[in-house]
Amino acid sequence: MSLTANLRKLSEIPGVSGDERAVRKRIEDAIRDHVDEMRVDTLGNLLAVKKARGDRRRLRVMIDAHMDEVGFMIVGCSSDGGLKFRAVGSIEACILPGKVVWVGPDRIPGVIGVHPIHLAYKRINEVQPIDSLVIDIGASSQEQAEGAARSGTYASFATPVRSIGGGKASGKAFDDRAGCAVLIELLCKPRLPVDILAAFTVQEEVGLRGARAAAHALNPDAAFALDATPANDLPMEEGEDRSPNTRLDDGPAVYVMTRGDVSDPRLVRHVLNVGEKRGIPHQIRQPGAGGTDAGAISKSRGGVPSVSISTPCRYIHSPASVLSLADLQNTVALVRESVARLTPQALKR
Amino acid sequence: MKDTIKTLVEAYGPSGFEDQIRGIIRKEISGLSDSIRVSPLGSLIAVKKGSGGKNAKRVMLSAHMDEIGLMVTHIDANGYARVTNIGGIRPLHCIGQRVAFADGAIGVVHTERLDDASKAPAMENLYVDTGTRDKASSKVKVGDAAGFVQPFVDLGQRMIAKTMDDRIGCAILVETMRRLARTPHEVHFVFSVQEEITIAGARTAAYAINPDVALAVDVTLTGDTPKALPMAVELGKGPAIKVQDGRMIAHTGVKDLMVRRAEESKIAYQLEILRGGTTDASEIQLVREGIPSGCLSIPCRFVHTQSEMVDIGDVLQSVNLLLAILRKPIEV
Repeated sequence: MSLTANLRKLSEIPGVSGDERAVRKRIEDAIRDHVDEMRVDTLGNLLAVKKARGDRRRLRVMIDAHMDEVGFMIVGCSSDGGLKFRAVGSIEACILPGKVVWVGPDRIPGVIGVHPIHLAYKRINEVQPIDSLVIDIGASSQEQAEGAARSGTYASFATPVRSIGGGKASGKAFDDRAGCAVLIELLCKPRLPVDILAAFTVQEEVGLRGARAAAHALNPDAAFALDATPANDLPMEEGEDRSPNTRLDDGPAVYVMTRGDVSDPRLVRHVLNVGEKRGIPHQIRQPGAGGTDAGAISKSRGGVPSVSISTPCRYIHSPASVLSLADLQNTVALVRESVARLTPQALKR
Repeated sequence: MKDTIKTLVEAYGPSGFEDQIRGIIRKEISGLSDSIRVSPLGSLIAVKKGSGGKNAKRVMLSAHMDEIGLMVTHIDANGYARVTNIGGIRPLHCIGQRVAFADGAIGVVHTERLDDASKAPAMENLYVDTGTRDKASSKVKVGDAAGFVQPFVDLGQRMIAKTMDDRIGCAILVETMRRLARTPHEVHFVFSVQEEITIAGARTAAYAINPDVALAVDVTLTGDTPKALPMAVELGKGPAIKVQDGRMIAHTGVKDLMVRRAEESKIAYQLEILRGGTTDASEIQLVREGIPSGCLSIPCRFVHTQSEMVDIGDVLQSVNLLLAILRKPIEV
């Protein structure tokens, strides 16, 4: 299946942190015939190994992408049948009213309630906190609502993937199904001169919890974390001159520093060199806020030199993010070429 | 020892970019250990084998070699570099300061004019002027890390430098290595990376070493300046033995041992309770099955400014206390 087809399939599956099973199943099916080993660990991470070609002393390189997405958990019902919920992962309350969701494994359709503008003359300008919102699944009583979705049931945004203009796609959960699609693509391609230790991890959005266990188990020589990072390349106000974090269509974004880690400077240099030499578009992500699984992986055991590479993505952590399919292809190219050319020499001090 | 201190405190080494300072320390400790290696994240680990015996322990001493700094996030059309912090930095402290990049290029930090002059600037108000005319001719790139520039100042009893936190700890480890002729213990001297951001260096070094007991050697705050937050630690009253800080309670066995050795050796000491902030020890403590950990703190004024001040007496007595600990049995 093609890269974009995988992105589409994966994006549309609900897989909120802690409930990644359906995503994992899809990925297992996609990589089964292309890897040498595959297992699911205690936390639910999918770990796979694709051995190197040849039998020289080879590096063991971990490539990580998280399967989980931000979403919701039902915490109770109101007397009139609305489902109360909380966010799982970081979601701004202001984007929620009026959005459509799927509730539970059977994907019960629902809508996050909103006051119609006709009646909302007072409250429309205030952000309603999440604990004052409810999901409307059409239930007319507390009993009906509880029967459909007990406390602890997950809910996710319900957004189909669409192609939009300029080679872009929109959909939910590109953070980080984009990374998952890239990693699947890498595993489906011919072997490289390094062992690829693939980790499709759980619970990134609630504190890099899966990656920590995955890195300990895989014990790699170096690691690449593949993720999606905000592209804030929208029109600026006149006179404004700031970093857009990343720009769509400028290629995969290479990390130097986040609040969770500093990328290994040797790996950053290596990736940028490969990008230059192979003519693969790439950009440096604005250092600062945010973080990826690399924050957990780099601190595993005796330490793992790590770098993050993300596909730029507008509007992440919302019902509809937008990415460039060219960026996605170039992420595959940059990661594959970089991993293929990684030698012990590149990690010499 | 002041020569070593001067060499270490003036060096470049923001968190994650410790190559230069590591090279300098490596030279300083050349020939002083039985083995030396660099960890995957860049920490320098020197091992001094002990004479052994049934009381011998594997001991880890950790001082971090990284410093706080700034990283370029954006170059604007006029060539001004916008920055974010590496570690805990107050934007107000940066105004008018000079920074150096890895290649030695210098810039000055300043702030946009603020509408409300009574407000402190935020990090996004700051910029670094590297003397360039415009974006095209800027040699500085997004992702470049800068450290502050300040010369070492020797006031006799007291010393000022940009990075007493924690190059003074590094200097204490170097001096301890120089003077430690005999010890029963296998001592791992760790010059750790990334303490100011994630403490990743000490955590991973501790995993690799798997010590029986660990001590961080780092600076702590004092309560002896005008209107300071009350704190029972003063400059010049001796090394501080950590009881508690913002993220850990020191292992009581380790703390008690430090107190005992200080009293036996007639070294004046202070007990430290630090409200906010922490050290390598907080992460070392949680590695593997848990590692008994404590911290020897050097009282320091103006921490995380470019003019951190310590007392040479506290520094020398810190070395003496470490030597007293390492020369005798370590039972915790």
